[in-house]
Amino acid sequence: MVPLSWYLIFAAALFSIGLFGVLSRRNAVAILLGIELMLNSVNINLAAFWRYGDVLQMTGQVFAIIVFAVAAAEVAVGLALVISVYRRRNTVVADEINMMKW
Amino acid sequence: MTTELLIWLIPLPPVLAFFLIVLLTNKNKALSHTIAVGAALLSWLGSMIVFVQALGVEHLGEHPLGGEPINWLPLGESVDTYFKIGVLVDPLSAVTLFFVAWTVLMIFLYSVGYHNFGQPVGDHDHPGLPPHGATVEEHGHQRSSPVGKHVVPSIEPMYSRFFAFIGLFAFGMFVLVLSDNLLTLFVGWEIMGLCSYLLIGFWYAKPSARDAAIKAFITTRIGDVFMLLGIAYLYSATGTLSFREIFTEGILHTLATVPSGVLGLSAAGLIGLLLFIGTIGKSAQFPLHVWLPDAMEGPTPVSAMIHAATMVSAGVYMVIRMFPLISLDPTTMAVVAFIGAFTALFAATIAVAQNDIKRVLAYSTISQLGFMIAALGIGAYVAAVFHLVTHAFFKALLFLGSGSVIHGMEHGVLHTGNHKVDPQDMFNMGGLRRKMPITFWTFLIGGFALSGFPIITAGFWSKDEILADAFGHGHTAVFVTLAVAAFLTAFYTMRQITLTFLGEARTKEAEHAQETPWTMTLPLVILAFFAVTYGWVGIPEHFPALGGLVPNWFHEFVGGTLAEHPEAVEFSVWPLLTSLFVALGGLTFGWLVYRNVNSAAEDRLQIPVLKNKYYFDEIYDRVFVKPAYWFAEAVIYKFMDQSVIDGILHIFGPVTDRLGSAIRNYFDLPVINRFFGDGSANVTYWFGGKLRAVQTGRIQQYLMLALVVFIGIGAALYFFLLA
Repeated sequence: MVPLSWYLIFAAALFSIGLFGVLSRRNAVAILLGIELMLNSVNINLAAFWRYGDVLQMTGQVFAIIVFAVAAAEVAVGLALVISVYRRRNTVVADEINMMKW
Repeated sequence: MTTELLIWLIPLPPVLAFFLIVLLTNKNKALSHTIAVGAALLSWLGSMIVFVQALGVEHLGEHPLGGEPINWLPLGESVDTYFKIGVLVDPLSAVTLFFVAWTVLMIFLYSVGYHNFGQPVGDHDHPGLPPHGATVEEHGHQRSSPVGKHVVPSIEPMYSRFFAFIGLFAFGMFVLVLSDNLLTLFVGWEIMGLCSYLLIGFWYAKPSARDAAIKAFITTRIGDVFMLLGIAYLYSATGTLSFREIFTEGILHTLATVPSGVLGLSAAGLIGLLLFIGTIGKSAQFPLHVWLPDAMEGPTPVSAMIHAATMVSAGVYMVIRMFPLISLDPTTMAVVAFIGAFTALFAATIAVAQNDIKRVLAYSTISQLGFMIAALGIGAYVAAVFHLVTHAFFKALLFLGSGSVIHGMEHGVLHTGNHKVDPQDMFNMGGLRRKMPITFWTFLIGGFALSGFPIITAGFWSKDEILADAFGHGHTAVFVTLAVAAFLTAFYTMRQITLTFLGEARTKEAEHAQETPWTMTLPLVILAFFAVTYGWVGIPEHFPALGGLVPNWFHEFVGGTLAEHPEAVEFSVWPLLTSLFVALGGLTFGWLVYRNVNSAAEDRLQIPVLKNKYYFDEIYDRVFVKPAYWFAEAVIYKFMDQSVIDGILHIFGPVTDRLGSAIRNYFDLPVINRFFGDGSANVTYWFGGKLRAVQTGRIQQYLMLALVVFIGIGAALYFFLLA
């Protein structure tokens, strides 16, 4: 069987890519994409630890499913916000959305 | 179902009815009375089954029904000791259960008619006041044209509430009768005390009813406190309150020999005396008799319930129950006999001068209860029980009959519209025998039973037995007193019957009186049946001609309750002649005197001292009530409250005020407000001003910052903890 560390390394890599995307991209939609990557890397970790730990304990799987649900909800809200901002400000660049600044 | 279980279940239906009516069916009058009467019927059925089964048990006194007591209250002594409660049906409870079940059922049924079920809602009726009648339009042959208006009785505004209360009352009585220990007996006793308060004050908007309710409650409470003391003493002396355990030779012997240290009485004597004071309160014996006549303010079924079937009987039942204990001490017995005989005569003399039809009966109840107590005091156990049972039947009959009369008179009052006429005053009646024949005949039977009309009525046999016992055991003083009281009883009963039913109508209202509905007359007929026949079960064996025809079942049966079976007293012709003379003489004399009396002014027995009940209310008012008010006003209010307590408080006020200002000026304002309050705000303001430069509004900067801090903390943790 593939060792556990492979999964962890893969997940860490995916997480880093996601984090990089979030920090570096200016487009709000792309930032959301980065967040999705980070969440899914967490899911990989959860599934991997479940598989290599006590298989009878369903906790890992259940958590992964919960994360899916949360991610879906989050994207729905996030995209809605982005659309709403775009309609008002005609832009989706994160730096330009600074109305909340002091 | 086993008999034991059935006995446990007997008290249950009325209390369920109480909760159902109070919580759910209060609005629906028909449903409420159906539930209450149905509950009474169930209890009645259970009681009759138990009674019949009790009759079939040989030596019921030694082997009472009821089974094992159950654990109830854990006691602190050790893990497995419990205060046990149980049910007990011995001959005494069996005969009591019999009459209680019957009278309760009759009273429930009667209440339906008495509170005008089926009549329209009154024009101006208020909850808390008796119904005043409703106006209805009378239609001629053409239904469209009303020919006139007339007033009919209206339904009681708090109809359901009444049935709830009497249900709880019945529960209390059944609990009391079926208890096998003094504690649950006391619980039933107190439930009835509460219910009597609620029911006497049923028409609470009437000030007189309110006062009477409070008076009854407080007066009986005086007796109850002493009774509770007696129960506590008994428990501390013996460690048990169960009748099965107290009435064993060992415990009775101990109680009889241990001195109590009070007045030279034995423990048994003192306990007996304390319990007897409870009875004095409950059964309205001298000197706590004052509440009972005032209790007539309640609706009539309540009077019957309280004065015949339940509450006052409960007092006598309790002393009869405790007879083996009370009879241990001759001093206590002498007190019991004296109080009983004195009350019998004392109350009878007052009854002679009363004009209110219910008050006459109230005093006669006090007097008859005195007969029972006196019988017990001279050791005539069976005679006391016998009179208790027969009295319950005929007195319930008389009270319900008087209620029927009042109801008929109220009809007349509504007809004429003259509300100044008191429908309870006997001088406003007369000639009612033609208007209310069923009420008349049943009342006559009840009245004759109360007077002890020879041979046919139950009252004769029970009263005769008391007199025979008093004579046979040589208690001449008691015998003479009771004989005089019996004469007066017959006299005032005949006065009542003559004034109410015989002669001609003295007022217009009496002319328009009307017979009451079947729900009221049926109970009268049934109770009249028992008022006659119940005496036949206790005919002494050596009675001339009749003795031995019917076996003296009652004596055999009830006598078996006691460990030593009491001997029937030797037959003697003197007490028999006496009771014949007093009953017939009193009746004749009453008729002769009152057949031509037409108004209170012509009544020569309206002596002020009798009319005013020997001024007992006034004396108590002077001796107890006024001083209590004075004490409350002058000592507690003026001195204690206003001078002492308020004085102390007035010192506290200024001192606290000074202290408060000092703390405010020297601590609160400078330290708390200035330093901590304003200071922390200023610091936060300054800090916030510096920090706001960080808030660029660029999300990715925030994230970057977070990442840097996260990595920094992670590195620090790694460095300090792991390396």
